Amino acid sequence: MKEVNHFRRFLLWYLATTIPLTLIVVLVLAPGMPPGNGTVQASAVVADNTVFLGVASVIFMAVLVYFVYSLIAFRERNPSVVTEGPAIRGHPQIQLWWIVVTMGIVLFLTAYGTIRLLEGGSGGGQGPNPIAVPSPPAGTKPLQVQVIAQQWQFTYRYPAYGGVETPSIEIPTNTLVEFHVTSLDVIHSFWAYQLNVKADANPGVDNIAYAQTKGPLFFNVRCSELCGLWHGYMFNSGRVVPRAQFASWIALQQRQFGAARRSLPPYTRQYFPTPLRRG
Amino acid sequence: MSAIAVTARPQTPLWRRLLGFNVLTGIVLAVGGYILGHFIGDHIHGSNLNYYSAQAGQNDIAIFLGYLLGVVGFLVGLGFANYPLRRMLGHPPTLAEKESEAHGTLRYFSLSTDHKVVAMQYLVGIGFFFFVGGLNAMLIRTELLQPNTHVFGANQYLTLVGMHGTMMMGMMTSSILGPFANWLLPLMLGTRRMAFPRVEALTFWLLMAAGVVLITTVFWGGFQTGWTGYQPLGGQGTAGFDAYIGFFILVGISMCFLGFNLLATAITMRGPGMTWSRLPIFIWGVLTTAILMLLASPMLAAALMMAAMDRTVQTTFFDPGYGGSSYLWQNLFWVFGHPEVYIVALPGFGIVLELLPVFTRKPLWGYRIAVAGMLGVAFLSWFVWQHHLFMSGINADLRPFYMLSTELISIPTGFIFLAAMGTLWRGRIRFTIPMWFCIAWAFNFLIGGISGVFLSDVPSDVLTHGSFFSMAHFHYTIMGGLVFTFFAAIYYWVPRMTGFKFNELLSKIHFWSLFIAFNATFGPLFAVGWLGQPRRVVTYPAFLQGLNIWVSISAYVLGLSMLVFLVNVVWSQLFKREPAEANPWHSKSIEFQLPTPVPVHDFDRLPAFDPDPYPYGEPVQVPAYAGGGGPAIASGGGEA
Amino acid sequence: MSGFARRLLGTTIVTAALAAAIAVYIAVFLTASPPSAGAVQTASGPHLYLGSVASAELSDQHPTWVSFYAVNATSTRWTHATTYVLPAHTLVHVTIYQFDSQTGLRNPLYGHATGMIPGTYTVDGKRVQGIDPTTAAHIFAVPQIGLTVPLEGISANAKNPCSNAPCSLSTAHHTMSFAFRTPGKGLYRWQCFVPCAAGFIQGNGGPMQTIGYMGGFLKIV
Repeated sequence: MKEVNHFRRFLLWYLATTIPLTLIVVLVLAPGMPPGNGTVQASAVVADNTVFLGVASVIFMAVLVYFVYSLIAFRERNPSVVTEGPAIRGHPQIQLWWIVVTMGIVLFLTAYGTIRLLEGGSGGGQGPNPIAVPSPPAGTKPLQVQVIAQQWQFTYRYPAYGGVETPSIEIPTNTLVEFHVTSLDVIHSFWAYQLNVKADANPGVDNIAYAQTKGPLFFNVRCSELCGLWHGYMFNSGRVVPRAQFASWIALQQRQFGAARRSLPPYTRQYFPTPLRRG
Repeated sequence: MSAIAVTARPQTPLWRRLLGFNVLTGIVLAVGGYILGHFIGDHIHGSNLNYYSAQAGQNDIAIFLGYLLGVVGFLVGLGFANYPLRRMLGHPPTLAEKESEAHGTLRYFSLSTDHKVVAMQYLVGIGFFFFVGGLNAMLIRTELLQPNTHVFGANQYLTLVGMHGTMMMGMMTSSILGPFANWLLPLMLGTRRMAFPRVEALTFWLLMAAGVVLITTVFWGGFQTGWTGYQPLGGQGTAGFDAYIGFFILVGISMCFLGFNLLATAITMRGPGMTWSRLPIFIWGVLTTAILMLLASPMLAAALMMAAMDRTVQTTFFDPGYGGSSYLWQNLFWVFGHPEVYIVALPGFGIVLELLPVFTRKPLWGYRIAVAGMLGVAFLSWFVWQHHLFMSGINADLRPFYMLSTELISIPTGFIFLAAMGTLWRGRIRFTIPMWFCIAWAFNFLIGGISGVFLSDVPSDVLTHGSFFSMAHFHYTIMGGLVFTFFAAIYYWVPRMTGFKFNELLSKIHFWSLFIAFNATFGPLFAVGWLGQPRRVVTYPAFLQGLNIWVSISAYVLGLSMLVFLVNVVWSQLFKREPAEANPWHSKSIEFQLPTPVPVHDFDRLPAFDPDPYPYGEPVQVPAYAGGGGPAIASGGGEA
Repeated sequence: MSGFARRLLGTTIVTAALAAAIAVYIAVFLTASPPSAGAVQTASGPHLYLGSVASAELSDQHPTWVSFYAVNATSTRWTHATTYVLPAHTLVHVTIYQFDSQTGLRNPLYGHATGMIPGTYTVDGKRVQGIDPTTAAHIFAVPQIGLTVPLEGISANAKNPCSNAPCSLSTAHHTMSFAFRTPGKGLYRWQCFVPCAAGFIQGNGGPMQTIGYMGGFLKIV
């Protein structure tokens, strides 16, 4: 009786299922993934997720098809009798290839991630001395926005506009925004979803993250690190608006919070307010 | 509960037998100890300390002293002080705990040094707290049915989240090592006891004390930090956070002791022929876990004691305003916390690879690479903790390193998959309930591992960090990896341990409903996270309600599936009680060759082992190991 | 069969005990929430009267914690309520009697009042835009609708301070009045931004982290 070539069968099944699936994932599914294309960083994460989803579907299907194939092809057809299988104890070459292939995948993922990270920080918090600084669009200057997290609200300070502090946020279009995230009490995390910015707010720490805006955009801000009772309610929303609109908005804030501005501490990168400790 | 035939039960009345060193006395002394500790704490004078505790209306020192003396009282009541005191007074060493209570149900409720009794205690005790943790999860999902209407208050919701995570991570860590490693290690190694039998019992009773301590948090208003206990938020907490600290310190001590006991047993008490390359793969899983437990849990205990000092004697380890750092807690916690998740995963690897040869009737494929995989995971798990701090701004320039180390772990994890896949190849696969759980493990852990890419690679982690995506990821690895193998082990070994088999139909219903409900629950949570719902929130955007309702309903089905399991246990182990066959799986491992029930002393004569741990696929007569009247020395492979 | 009966009895008892424990847990701990209070109907529309004190009643579970109360117009009837039921899309007048002493703000921004109509409010009858941040005792803030009302604390050497609720208007206090338009139906949380939880790290534990003291909901119906 002719021996069935299980490996070739498995390979055919694998290719037949994985190639279409991966194409669908990479070409159809992934490009429409959240958080959209509102900023350069958001587009970047969509691109990265496309790559990772492609790799993931190739690996996932390899193992899945193998398991399904084995469970069907090698099932015991007569379970009432115990029949021993072949005593195969290993295969050095397969083991070696497995190590080489998985090592290759791992190194690719790490190298890809590192390169993408160093290109512009990917929107993540980089601490007080960032090395992955994206270059601003030609002819513009980066805009500094300080995000002050406190239990349980974010407030925002604009050092370029007299250090005015407001409870709402707007930023101009086509601008590199430099978020300086800090906290006045416990650990929070500033997650501006559609901008694809996430940076933890640690007390006494200046954590810098970048977002390069494109066109007008509405975005949600949520706290994504458990910070106590009202953690679930610690959200607000902001807008990316054209420069002229931003200028009038910031002027309004300066008028409205001008009096409050005078009682604020001078703008610094981190604050140690009193009473920090016991009442 | 008692599987072992009752012989020569002492004819004393029940009330007389209840007097003495047992759990009842333990509880009485625990309550007494707590009251005494609280009393002392209330009378410690110090102007500064009193000032703050009076202002806050809570006295953390009194609560900690209460917990301390309560636990001491509990252990004394169980009889843990007897042996050391007797030895100090010059009495000879005995194993009285094992011999005198060898009969009857009462031994399960007192200090026993029989590793099989401790294993049953662990199984039932951990099972109880597993259901408490699961109940919390049900209530969490109830709250999340609606985006902004509350069934429970925000306080209570966060307490539920914290208790669920803390209970599961603290208790379930020992869920395989406690019951199954304790039961199997001496048998598989060919010895009659663990290296430190009293320490073995101590780890169990400490864990039970810990569970009760955690539940007391509801009397102090709960705690709002989740299981990670981040500071300085934890420092702000009401006295409920003291329960969290007390719980995890006790769990840390228990884990540390459990680890070194297993390690010492495996190193020093292997029988003749049980060389390192002969160890069953399950024992390798236990060993690598034990190493991590031994080394990681002291870090946890140390961090918790610092938090406790911040709360009681006004140190400022975690308070940036006074020279402390909020990063310090994150670092200390995750130096423990990341090995911890592998502590949870590694025993599962061991169980799957131990069971697959039995159900494919093939030797384990690639034994050495599987061992290398376990050692590699254990080793690398120490170098990845800062991926929990990717967005925190600390050591941002080191993120590529942690990205590399995190993804490198998938290589040794891949070895485990390779060994599993190689074992399936051309096997004679028998679909039993434990086998289904092993297959489910592979599916779940595969998804868990691949979703890990999106968290370990910083560019995509920006989107997923701290969201429901990461929550779905670790439920796939921990619940999919640990709980499924836990059940595989239960269906595989418990009939051997108790002597009664499970109801086949209920077992099948349990498996399929669990597997489907598990994936229906946690699969959509990847999407929920990607769509922008952070973890541990009590409100969420209205457009996510549909997905959340789906997840909640699936979670209820998952809960019902667990109830089916409970009914199965009660029905088949307590009421129906069909005697299990001695070796229903036709396993060639030693624990299935022993007489039923396994005698208190395990072996009449200690066995000597065959060089092959997995003599499947060859016409090998299973050696009849000592105890059943067969030859004391195992016959060599292939000779019979 | 006596073994079977014993096991049946044991299982029943254990099941019943566990069910009872679960029921008690859910009933007592999980659903414990402070009572709610509504606004008084007056000629100018609904009017909500609140009081904030240095310490809750002596009979309270936490008699040392700062707290808000719902009171009546003359501050004679006090209810320990922090969920306030208000009609939707309505101008609501609020009067807060503030009996606590000054703590000062962590973020001085909250000394500036926002979100009320007509953009200012009154402290002891004087119309202001905000207060000196160092004199704040509490804040009544509903961040979701941008409402922030800083409440001035009584000075440290004030005569006749009130220690525990209920406090009569004859003790030292400040009266803050403002009006705001309620949003659409739903739950809106309110909280305090003053680190007023004495004895807790950063003044932000205990009453600040427990609904029923320095936090609660506006239930807009």
